Amino acid sequence: MSVFDLFKKRSSGDIAKDRLKLLLVSDRANCSPETMELIKNDIIKVIAKYMEIDCDGLDIQITQTESDGDNGSVPALIANIPIKELRHGK
Amino acid sequence: MSEVIVVTSGKGGVGKTTTSANVGTGLAKLNKKVILIDTDIGLRNLDVVMGLENRIVYNLVDVIEGNCRPKQAMIRDKRYENLYLLPSAQTRDKTSVTPEQMKALTDELRNEFDYIILDCPAGIEQGFKNAIAGADRALVVTTPEVSAIRDADRIIGLLEANEMKHTDLIVNRIRPDMVKRGEMMSLEDVLDILAINLIGAVPDDENIVISSNQGEPLVGSNTLAGQAYMNICKRILGEEVPMLDLSAGNGLFAKIANMFKKN
Repeated sequence: MSVFDLFKKRSSGDIAKDRLKLLLVSDRANCSPETMELIKNDIIKVIAKYMEIDCDGLDIQITQTESDGDNGSVPALIANIPIKELRHGK
Repeated sequence: MSEVIVVTSGKGGVGKTTTSANVGTGLAKLNKKVILIDTDIGLRNLDVVMGLENRIVYNLVDVIEGNCRPKQAMIRDKRYENLYLLPSAQTRDKTSVTPEQMKALTDELRNEFDYIILDCPAGIEQGFKNAIAGADRALVVTTPEVSAIRDADRIIGLLEANEMKHTDLIVNRIRPDMVKRGEMMSLEDVLDILAINLIGAVPDDENIVISSNQGEPLVGSNTLAGQAYMNICKRILGEEVPMLDLSAGNGLFAKIANMFKKN
């Protein structure tokens, strides 16, 4: 590795590996982008009953995560839902 | 005991045909009686890589349809007398053959050969289904690229669903210099993602191009790829062979040169 590499951004090999990991989880789960979109819309509907959320900022993805038990890593649905305002006293 | 091995990958252009030719030739060099079957109907290629394209009289579809006996369609290799090729048909398509017919053919050939190697077409459709139908074992070929690994993962899933007994991975076209710079996924990265048994790693070697220009598989020759393929053959026979050090070609000078490269 050359000294110039220290100042470089992440190597493309690592980027490839990370992209593949995400890709294969959704491939293996057989979950199409359309299905993901439907799930996302339903989540918005439910949460919007209780608080105001940023629909555009909402992001869901299926990814790999360490399980609490000892079955290694398992697929998990991760949702990142930015809240605009909590509705009090309703 | 004879074994039927299918060489497959999902994605095209990763080296299925080159691998089939070299594994078949290597096993013949190790004194096994081998037949290579090109199952890529409509896109015949294995004959060219083997340098036997001028000797074709009958083909796989002729055998399946009963226009000739299997013996008549088999071409004996020009270097090894215990190596044969059953070429594919160039003017037909994948629907000319069914999985049942392929299984019947490979089962018949078991009586005469130690190893029956099937070169599978790219894709997951009929051609793939035909090729895996009679196989005991699969060699999945991939390269350290996102698209090839994604397809390999899909193929591994399909092989599992079809109850393939034994599936091994070959990682082809590794460039140790790029891996060292972090610009290519390493063997470990690929194995970490696909989680199946590795049977061989083949470096990206220009001798492969030269050998297919000449129509002579380079397995067993004094090249890195030639040694890597020979090791795969020995592992198929059950021998324990340590993994080849692919960076062996990089001398001190190459390493110093790499240090001064900015990218």
